[in-house]
Amino acid sequence: MENRDPLLEYSIPQLLRWRVNTSGERTALREKDFGRWMPYSWDQYYDYTRRAGLGLRELGFGKQDKIALISDNIPEMLFVAIGAQALGGISAGIYQTTLPDEIGQIIDSLDVTVVFCNDQEQVDKLLEVRDRIPNVKKVIYEDDRGMRSYKSDDWFMFIDDLYTLGDAAHQQDPALFEKLVDAGSPDDTCHFCLTSGTTGLPKGAMLSHRNYISMGLQLTEVDPLDQTDEYVSFLPFAWIGEQMNSFGVAMATGIAINFPESVETAMADLKEIGPHFMFGAPRIYETIRSQIWLKIDESYRFNKFCYNYFMKIGEKAANYRMTGKKMPLKLRFLAWLGKQVMFRPLINQIGFLRLRRAYTGGAALGPELFTFYQALGVNLKQIYGQTEIIGIAYMHRDGDVRPDTVGKPLPRTECKISESGEILSRSDSVTQGYYKQPEKTEELLEGGWLHSGDAGYIDENGHLVVIDRISDVMYNNRGEMFSPMYLENRLKFSPYIKEAVIFGDKKEYVAALINIDPIVVGKWAEDRGISFSTFMDLSAKPEVADLIYNEVVKINSNAEQEHFKIHRFAILYKLLDVDDGELTKTGKIRRKFVREKYADLYEALYDESVTEKAVEASYQYQDGQTTTVQTKIRFYTMEEKS
Amino acid sequence: MATLNVSYVTLTFGGLHALSSVNMEIGSGLITSVIGPNGAGKTSLLNCISGFYHPTSGEIQYNYQRLTKSSPHQVLKLGIARAFQNLELFRGLSVLDNLMLARHKNLQYGVLSAFAFFGKASRLEAENREHVEKVIDFMELEAYRKSVVGNLSYGVQKRVEVARALTLAPQLVLLDEPMAGMNIEEKEDMVRFIFDLKNEWDITIVLVEHDLGVVMDISDQIYVLDFGEVIGSGDAEQVSSNPKVIEAYIGEEE
Repeated sequence: MENRDPLLEYSIPQLLRWRVNTSGERTALREKDFGRWMPYSWDQYYDYTRRAGLGLRELGFGKQDKIALISDNIPEMLFVAIGAQALGGISAGIYQTTLPDEIGQIIDSLDVTVVFCNDQEQVDKLLEVRDRIPNVKKVIYEDDRGMRSYKSDDWFMFIDDLYTLGDAAHQQDPALFEKLVDAGSPDDTCHFCLTSGTTGLPKGAMLSHRNYISMGLQLTEVDPLDQTDEYVSFLPFAWIGEQMNSFGVAMATGIAINFPESVETAMADLKEIGPHFMFGAPRIYETIRSQIWLKIDESYRFNKFCYNYFMKIGEKAANYRMTGKKMPLKLRFLAWLGKQVMFRPLINQIGFLRLRRAYTGGAALGPELFTFYQALGVNLKQIYGQTEIIGIAYMHRDGDVRPDTVGKPLPRTECKISESGEILSRSDSVTQGYYKQPEKTEELLEGGWLHSGDAGYIDENGHLVVIDRISDVMYNNRGEMFSPMYLENRLKFSPYIKEAVIFGDKKEYVAALINIDPIVVGKWAEDRGISFSTFMDLSAKPEVADLIYNEVVKINSNAEQEHFKIHRFAILYKLLDVDDGELTKTGKIRRKFVREKYADLYEALYDESVTEKAVEASYQYQDGQTTTVQTKIRFYTMEEKS
Repeated sequence: MATLNVSYVTLTFGGLHALSSVNMEIGSGLITSVIGPNGAGKTSLLNCISGFYHPTSGEIQYNYQRLTKSSPHQVLKLGIARAFQNLELFRGLSVLDNLMLARHKNLQYGVLSAFAFFGKASRLEAENREHVEKVIDFMELEAYRKSVVGNLSYGVQKRVEVARALTLAPQLVLLDEPMAGMNIEEKEDMVRFIFDLKNEWDITIVLVEHDLGVVMDISDQIYVLDFGEVIGSGDAEQVSSNPKVIEAYIGEEE
């Protein structure tokens, strides 16, 4: 591969200009509009960027000024963002779903002076908080539908008028924009990416041109992309997962970015384009799998038979492929046959036929999903990183996909595990810090390393394993670390287990309270003629206990470390619920609350002499009434002691 | 300026007076609503305007042209389109096909040309598609372009019905209960579409609707029909304070 290091010395607008000079006529962007894919070449991309940039300059926007983007993914958003960056300005993406109050606060805290919106919906939000954002001088909108009554208000500006301003400035001084682009340096901050703050306002991570371009270069060093490759932009732009592609990967490699017609049509548009790589949160892959299952289920018997037969073959082959082992000849032939008659047509229906690599990140993905996609012939890989390091810093390599790890660091990315077990990284992509938050920045970048806040370790294959947020990990009484969330996820990957709470902080062993899944276990019981009345009744069935016991045995046998094994568990008689305060609004377990609420169960879990305990379960109905039920709860000890 | 004049229109079926001496002036670029209890003659009036029925007596003029004896396709050519209360769509065709088909009056190429799909045929089809796509964009039907109409929810089908009327590039649309059977959210969307039709496409709208809240909110002028007669007219305030209208809707006080 040619040496691409010189690209690191460009700013994003400079690199855009470089692309124009090397491959100006090629398609850079494509947008579906009025049912057609409208291409923009790199030449046009640069032209529009210049028009937007000079237009902004005419509005008084200059070096270090900030522009906020509240928009669906459209080419104009990139024109405006990169136009602003060419002037030395800084762009910042805000989620389209953000409510007006929060938009006001973000705009205020980031010192934004110009806002770009795509439609009336976003413009109306700004109008609502207008008196709280006095620094905002202009609001630029792209879609003038329903904007008729706003035209007399010069706070607003239609994007075409911005272009006209830019054109006029360009005519007056044709060399001006080039001079402005030349003045940029790769180490200038070019974008603020908001990181979700669990408390208070999101923080703006200051990211430089070099941060993005370096990430794009290092990622494609491992997984090369061609100029002819396609990418579909359907993730929210405010998320690093989208910017890393539009700013980083696309500029570094010259791939084309395709913008869907609307949010609702994204999946249909993806099928039309057939991208070569994609990136998404686990939920997307889960949804697609459910759709496949559903369609196969509705299909006729011969299809179902073929699918089931080749799926088994595919899964076997996938296990060989993921670990890079050599397949036996017979399996190789059957896998090839399955691919030709079953899986190629199938993935063509989703638009994955040309997909060389699919990445998942942001949350844990069940191991069976990896096997599922790898069996279909979709090369699904885990990535790991955070906003502060442009999304991806660790990644599986082809032929070395291990579902429980996040892979190895990208080239020129250093990884270190601190003494406290925290994952530290260092690379060209690490942020300059948080805007106007020096203490937080100091904490984040202490000692020149990016502190992820995640606990992890490097396994014997050199893969990084992420355990949990460092503030959530626990230690048993021998000082061995474990992550309750990690173990809970393991349990929840079983279809029979809906929710689980892991205990064991400063205790001898790990124990769990388990919620069975009422639908799956209910069906399981029905199929076996086990009668039951309520959830409480079902939970107390000895057959159900056996079922869960076997699941725990299976999970224990896969435990990486001895002290991860669950030694004792009980099946809880009620589902954990948000209204009872046991879960947060986003569905996370409030561990401390649960432990206090079920203190007697907790004690019994750590008293091996107890096998059964009478409990009083109290329920609160929606109208506020409470009722108390007497029940017995059993405790189960796993046979092999940890 | 009135664009559609209905003067002394009477429609009888045997001895039944569906409409008797109805007078209306429908202003250009305005939203005019026709309301009234069930059986008041609202749909009969629309049928007279669109040429399905011919009035027994009286006259209907659109831009100084008589419509009284015109057939539906002649009315259409003058720029009046209609969305039906009971969806008149091909349930087995896709949204796109329904909309393309609605523009068949613009497709004037011969059999040979159609076979070769060259020259006029392909050019006209492309023009048609372009126009249809504008309507799809306007009515936000992108996600349903290729869906079969029969599989769509009722609310979306209603939107397709309105879109079908719009593909004919009318200057005036007759909307017969476009919001019947919709939930609040779908109604809000439809109201926005109607507003945008008026404001952005400068289309004159005649709306027959039962949801009085919506009618009072968006209409520039309202006519109230009862037993085939106009019993009140004016803006929302005038109509809602008209004793005859109150009586027709709520009933007479004992």
